[in-house]
Amino acid sequence: MKSLIFRTASDYLLPLLLLFSIFLLLRGHYEPGGGFVGGLVASMAFLIHSFAYGLTQTRKIIRVNPGYLMPVGLLLALVAGIAPWFVGLPFLTGLWFSEPLRFIGAVSSVLVFDIGVYLVVIGTTLTIFFSISESV
Amino acid sequence: MITAVFLGFIFAAFTPVLRKLGQSVFPWVYSLLPLGLFVYFLGWLPGLSNGPQVVGYPWIPSYGINLDFRIDGLSLLFALLITGIGSLVFFYSTYYLKGHPALDRFYGFLSMFMASMLGLVLSDNLMAMFIFWELTSISSFFLIGFNHEEKSSRKSALTALGITGFGGLVLLAGVVLIGTVGGSFSFSALVPLSETIQNSPSYVWIVGLFMIGAFTKSAQFPFHFWLPGAMKAPTPVSTYLHSATMVKAGIYLLARMTPVLGANPIWNDTLLWVGGITMFYAAAHSLFRVDLKSILAYSTISALGILVFLLGVGTEKALLGAGLFILAHALYKAALFLVTGIIDHQTGTRNVPGLKGLGKVMPMVAFGGVVAALSSAGFPLFLGFLSKEVMYEGVLALGNLTIVAVAILVLTKIFLLVAGFWAGIKPFVGHLPTELASVKGPPPTLWIPPVLLGICTIITGVYPALIDSSFVQPLFHAISGSNEIYTLKLWHGFNLVLLLSLITLGAGVALYFFWKPSDTKFAKTFRFESTSPESLFESGGNLFLRFSRFWTDFFQNGYLRNYFITILAFLILVTGYRLLGGVDIHIDWEQISSVSFYEVILTAMMAVSIGIAVLTHSRTMAILALGIVGFVNCLFFLFFSAPDLAMTQFSIDTLTVVLFMLVLFRLPKNKKLSSNPIRIRDGIISLVFGAFIAILTLEVFESPSQTDVSTFHAENAYLLAKGRNVVNVILVDFRASDTIVETVVLVIAAIGVYTLMKLDLNPQKNP
Repeated sequence: MKSLIFRTASDYLLPLLLLFSIFLLLRGHYEPGGGFVGGLVASMAFLIHSFAYGLTQTRKIIRVNPGYLMPVGLLLALVAGIAPWFVGLPFLTGLWFSEPLRFIGAVSSVLVFDIGVYLVVIGTTLTIFFSISESV
Repeated sequence: MITAVFLGFIFAAFTPVLRKLGQSVFPWVYSLLPLGLFVYFLGWLPGLSNGPQVVGYPWIPSYGINLDFRIDGLSLLFALLITGIGSLVFFYSTYYLKGHPALDRFYGFLSMFMASMLGLVLSDNLMAMFIFWELTSISSFFLIGFNHEEKSSRKSALTALGITGFGGLVLLAGVVLIGTVGGSFSFSALVPLSETIQNSPSYVWIVGLFMIGAFTKSAQFPFHFWLPGAMKAPTPVSTYLHSATMVKAGIYLLARMTPVLGANPIWNDTLLWVGGITMFYAAAHSLFRVDLKSILAYSTISALGILVFLLGVGTEKALLGAGLFILAHALYKAALFLVTGIIDHQTGTRNVPGLKGLGKVMPMVAFGGVVAALSSAGFPLFLGFLSKEVMYEGVLALGNLTIVAVAILVLTKIFLLVAGFWAGIKPFVGHLPTELASVKGPPPTLWIPPVLLGICTIITGVYPALIDSSFVQPLFHAISGSNEIYTLKLWHGFNLVLLLSLITLGAGVALYFFWKPSDTKFAKTFRFESTSPESLFESGGNLFLRFSRFWTDFFQNGYLRNYFITILAFLILVTGYRLLGGVDIHIDWEQISSVSFYEVILTAMMAVSIGIAVLTHSRTMAILALGIVGFVNCLFFLFFSAPDLAMTQFSIDTLTVVLFMLVLFRLPKNKKLSSNPIRIRDGIISLVFGAFIAILTLEVFESPSQTDVSTFHAENAYLLAKGRNVVNVILVDFRASDTIVETVVLVIAAIGVYTLMKLDLNPQKNP
């Protein structure tokens, strides 16, 4: 799909969708959204890019092998789970900073957990798509 | 305490880091761990006479599962044996396995195993003990299969894991049962409840389950065959696993449970029979073997049988004898194994008929071997003598069948004496044959451990007072629960026990000169191979494999459509059976909100798309039609105020359509692959399934719904988890453990797809 319109559109869509996915990730605690949907939207952004420019280009802008995002995500989720142990609380208890951060709002270990989910979803989706489209 | 137990696991994680250090500068660096622990546990010894001490750490208190560690005579004896013999084995291996490329891995497994054993014997909580029990099975699997390039080694490891793992499962059932009956998993809490447990109808089950667990671990007949197989492991591993640790775990369990479950005819008679059969069968077997390790394996099984037998006899002296024999056997059997390892290492053979005269080449090793053999035989002034005396005395007090029991025990002891002499004396006496003339003496790293063990045997044998009140009394108290005090004495006067001792020694030594190990005798045992428990077990295993292959071929035939039909047909059967009981649907038309214009249109769209998907000849059309069904679904979610669900469904559907396009784009034109009758069959199945699901959905409204959970989540989402989006709060906070597992599933799926796509099973076809 080398159409000029599609390429030009994808140039704008990639950053927009990525931003949107982060937006979804962050608002998830109060409004519809969350790490899972955010991850799906982010992977869609990369997919559109790969349709327009080809896989090699997309891999180049992601830089890391998307497969690596999976262990990183799992690790983040695990860290968020274990962190409460150090203050004597059960596994996966949410820990909250008392002061909300600017732009982001109240931050907690739950957010770290959700970022982990987000990364795992991106990693999984892209690994599946890339390996299939490279093989067929 | 908890650090002491878990240090081995932590250490195991760091062995790869220590690799460089261990290879070049300090090969003995690994031995510091067991040595340090040994000293630590020695520190508990003086406090032992004040009674048992429990150090507790809460783990899962809501289920009554805690990491409580109990220090009493029994657990401390085992802890000291595990760390003490562990130190020697660690030290010995530095030379024995010198230059082995996987030495760090070996020490990693070994320290993991040591930590699991420590946890097993120290745990006061039966659940925690069970977990350590399983850990020993797993880590011993790696140790037995350490030479993993050899097929036989892998097979023995698998057999050992199969048998002990099976026993572990049975034991778990027993632990759960005793927990239900006694209301606690804590051993300390169960002892006073002994009577309640023995009077409960589940008592027989508890005993049976615990015993199967213990018998598999401790290689009792008919589960004994994994132990000779496990001799495929490097000799230091055999030393460690079979003298003091792994196989004694079952004995430990039985001894530990004796105050709770014992003093009951069911318990005692079973142990008596199983132990009696095992000790005699294995001792007789050992006399037909020619391989040193094999002889030791069978004599170990026999010794374990003696221990079970003594626990079964159950008189106070017998329990005391069992406790002493655990110590004596650990010391002399470890020494014999180490000596065997040295002989094997230096001469390259373990064939008993060919080994003699090595005493001149390796005098220190000969010392260790001879002391161990004499202690095993029970000569006076060795620790084995004390245990044998007390043992005979205990069995003589049995009451009924005394003569039979004593006769079998004496015969077993005579056979064991011969086996011990073969392993510890025969290789060292006589003339050195020419083929062994070039054998060199071992370095101190190898001979120090067996000599140390020999010295311990002699010191404790000559001065039993050294261990008497400080150690043996608490041990006896822990096994029997009685407070009687028996002093160990070297001289009991002229009595029946002494006579039996003399008979044993005399007959044993005579048999040693009369009965020589030979290959022809070994060959005679082959005839019974086909009826041995091992062969039966193996054919059972093969049968199981064949059945599972048939089962797999039948159900996992690789066609997605067949999987679907199987799943749907099964669900139809199950729901259909349920619906046979009567359907109870009352649709209250008044309550249902009026159908809006949009809903009619969307439903129509869905129906049309499904029709297109089924009937079209173009793949693209079919996929798009399915996509439309999905998107309409999203809209429904949106109408009924589930924006989260709608959003996720929307993304998923988009991705699915894209994915389908990616794959199907390249495939040839859609052909009609199945005949009309099959299509009709499939259609009927789908329609029936859809109808059933619809009926079930309607019926859900009939049963009163439980809203506690959803109310709790809705009310507490903001209060407890500071989120207003209840769905998301459930995902990342209330049920975050589920989410972790789900993400793991996602990752597994991705890895699966990746391997399916990238794995090239026929590389030559696609250059």
